[in-house]
Amino acid sequence: MAYSFPEEVLEHVFSFLSSEKDRNAVSLVCKSWYEMERWCRRRIFVGNCYAVNPKIMIRRFPEVKSVELKGKPHFADFNLVPEGWGGYAYPWIVEIARGYPWLEEIRLKRMVVTDESLELISKSFKNFKVLVLSSCEGFSTDGLAAIAANCRNLRVLELRECEVEDLSGHWLSHFPDSFTSLESLNMGCLNSEVSFSALERLVARSPNLKTLRLNRAVPLEKLPTLLQLAPQLVELGTGSYSAEIRSDLCSSLLEAFSRCKNLKGLSGFWDVVPAYLPAFYSMCPRLTFLNLSYATTQSPDLTKIVSQCHNLQRLWVLDYIEDTGLNALSMSCKDLQELRVFPSDPFVADANVLLTEQGLVSVSEGCPKLQSVLYFCRQFSNSALTTIAKNRPNLTTFRLCILEPRAPDYLTFEPLDSGFGSIVQHCKNLRRLSLSGLLTDRVFQHIGTHAKKLDMLSIAFAGDSDLGLHYVLSGCESLRKLEIRDCPFGDKALLANADKLETMRSLWMSSCAVSFGACKVLGQKMPGLNVEVIDERENLDSIPHNSPVEKLYIYRTVAGERFDMPHFVRTMGKDNRRFK
Amino acid sequence: MSMSIEEHDYIGLSEANMEKKASDITINKDLNLKATELRLGLPGSESPGRAAVNGVAIKNLVAGAKRGFSDTINGGSGKWVFANNGGSEVDSVKNGGLFCCSKVENKNSGSVKETAVLASPKPVLLENKSQVSANSNLQASSPASKQQVIGWPPIRSFRKNTMAVNQTKNEQDTDPKLRSGCLYVKVSMDGAPYLRKVDLEVYSSYLDLSTALEKMFSCFTIGQYGSHGAPTREGLSESRLMDLLHGSEYVLTYEDKDGDWMLVGDVPWDMFIGSCKRMRIMKSSDAIGLAPRAMEKCRNRT
Repeated sequence: MAYSFPEEVLEHVFSFLSSEKDRNAVSLVCKSWYEMERWCRRRIFVGNCYAVNPKIMIRRFPEVKSVELKGKPHFADFNLVPEGWGGYAYPWIVEIARGYPWLEEIRLKRMVVTDESLELISKSFKNFKVLVLSSCEGFSTDGLAAIAANCRNLRVLELRECEVEDLSGHWLSHFPDSFTSLESLNMGCLNSEVSFSALERLVARSPNLKTLRLNRAVPLEKLPTLLQLAPQLVELGTGSYSAEIRSDLCSSLLEAFSRCKNLKGLSGFWDVVPAYLPAFYSMCPRLTFLNLSYATTQSPDLTKIVSQCHNLQRLWVLDYIEDTGLNALSMSCKDLQELRVFPSDPFVADANVLLTEQGLVSVSEGCPKLQSVLYFCRQFSNSALTTIAKNRPNLTTFRLCILEPRAPDYLTFEPLDSGFGSIVQHCKNLRRLSLSGLLTDRVFQHIGTHAKKLDMLSIAFAGDSDLGLHYVLSGCESLRKLEIRDCPFGDKALLANADKLETMRSLWMSSCAVSFGACKVLGQKMPGLNVEVIDERENLDSIPHNSPVEKLYIYRTVAGERFDMPHFVRTMGKDNRRFK
Repeated sequence: MSMSIEEHDYIGLSEANMEKKASDITINKDLNLKATELRLGLPGSESPGRAAVNGVAIKNLVAGAKRGFSDTINGGSGKWVFANNGGSEVDSVKNGGLFCCSKVENKNSGSVKETAVLASPKPVLLENKSQVSANSNLQASSPASKQQVIGWPPIRSFRKNTMAVNQTKNEQDTDPKLRSGCLYVKVSMDGAPYLRKVDLEVYSSYLDLSTALEKMFSCFTIGQYGSHGAPTREGLSESRLMDLLHGSEYVLTYEDKDGDWMLVGDVPWDMFIGSCKRMRIMKSSDAIGLAPRAMEKCRNRT
């Protein structure tokens, strides 16, 4: 006799599975598990909005509460994807509004979101709670006003580095007086001033507010008032951190900060006036996250700050911190897991600050938990890379950006192949890697051989030949996202590894050497891929087939080719495309 | 492996079209001198023959994907010389006001390396403070400013724009050579289905900007754009293109820091890029009331 668990029990077991991978695996066990799982899946993550059709999603998963979508390729962040390429949220919102009336959460990244979309969201979901828009564009503060006015149960409204058309600051005033459920508000990327009294009243009636990120327009003088109203804050983004030096403001800031016993994360700090920095020193020992990457503070002040942050886990800072500051960091912050150092003046040829590879080497020595690095600097060496690799085999993310394209090892003038080779060899759990500096095909051989867990790889101005690309595509078993610019990679490697592309989310190649002809062949042979050529030149039809395309974006999809493309984007190798 | 990479500039022109574009530019300059109203070109344009290659112009030159237009060829103190794949490009560079970077066959390795403005087999540009590159034929009069490659270094626009504001606030002199290197503004055109973004810092004059915008938006004015089709230019002669763009159909306007819409070209270039938030190419008929001068000029032309 065969017994099986009652459905309710299995569902209960499944409810503990949050990872997509686990849920996908469960759904493959047998038909009844597939059915049970699909009815109880509550969160969906779609890494490429063109990979799947929303109708398919809704049909399979009828009771979803949270949807997360990503649109444009990552290089869109650096203006490599022309305006109008795509990534429109509206068609998704329309379907979701119809299919999931009880949806609670929407998270969108790099998508074009219109005011219409926001209005539709605000009116379609009775229990809507969370809206997070990262690097999105296409909407104005009118759309935000609709969200504020209509989403009665909203808990989270976060705008992370979005391009918002700032019509006015009045949108904030649209939150009704009866609205008290706010837990997180991030308006850091907005330019216009919101009514301060409206903001004050909103904060005052939001007892659950844990995260508040102000925009630059909120002056420092107003900060103490807000902090007094929300001493329960866990994450704060200040507005402009600058004011005339007045002792009364100093003391009220100091007092207000000291009241915030739960504050663990700080950000903002635009236009820093150093005299006001000591106001939050008392909080430093409690901080786990500190984002000073907009603060034009100099090294001595930065050093003083980090030296007090003994519990710091994540630090984002400008290169003003210099090697000395990073050295202090390495001695004081033994819990550090993530470090991001941004360039203060990237377009100046000469170094304006004393930040070299040494800073990162010190941190790799002193911080045993360091896992994630993003580092912009002007010089590096193979020996430094090897030292870092040996110090920190637990690295999972390593993104090094040497500002000068193709800069060699500054000590030996050799390519940085062996240095990055050490990184992939020692850091066996490396999931994300960004390369820079002078690199030959050699480095790709190392990567293909060792980087077996690598999930995302970014390459620029590197390599000698197709062999480089071939090493990566044939060797990196876990690779899902590959983005390449200005490398001499062409048709051969791409066509030889066509099957690999179906195991990946996407491949971006711009200013490389892949021809129109190859793209067409690839598109024809691989029905599971959309091979998009993005090319803004005139007379595209008269460019010969063996000529290279400007930009290429290949992604796997079950939704077929898309039809919302501008004239400069073509899906190659499909039947009814004009460009045959 | 064969490297027949077609060169193209930032805006997306191919070199196959360069000669045609070169002559376009020549015509532009002539028109600019006479009739400076009511075209995408601007009333206050500088004289086209720029005497010296200056640091700002150098910012337009890129070894890499980002290029800008420049008319610095005429009698400049430096000549732009490129080793490149074909002779025709060099010719058109000499004839017209356009140049762009070409990828160079590196004879040593047989692979393509970019013209040695930024990187060269000799490393460390940091050492040579007064030279951009030993191999380059360019004259860099500004030691501080750097060539810009589009999208490099990989910094998000939000951060770049924030830093740009920092710098303009901090610096007393508005020396354009010390700019942060990027100032993206949106450009929309009445009737066009989507807008474009341009980096104002790439251009050094109204002439540069207007030329670039004409190229960018010419596919829309030709009026054959459809949602699935691509613009077709068969049968469209050069002169008709000129008529469309230089006739009184469109004017270029911008929104300044105060939120007012102004006609582009009224203020000095540096002041313009310091205050321009976004631009709009509007039909001249809509420009009534925008600036009295615009309408006056309209009347004068007819």
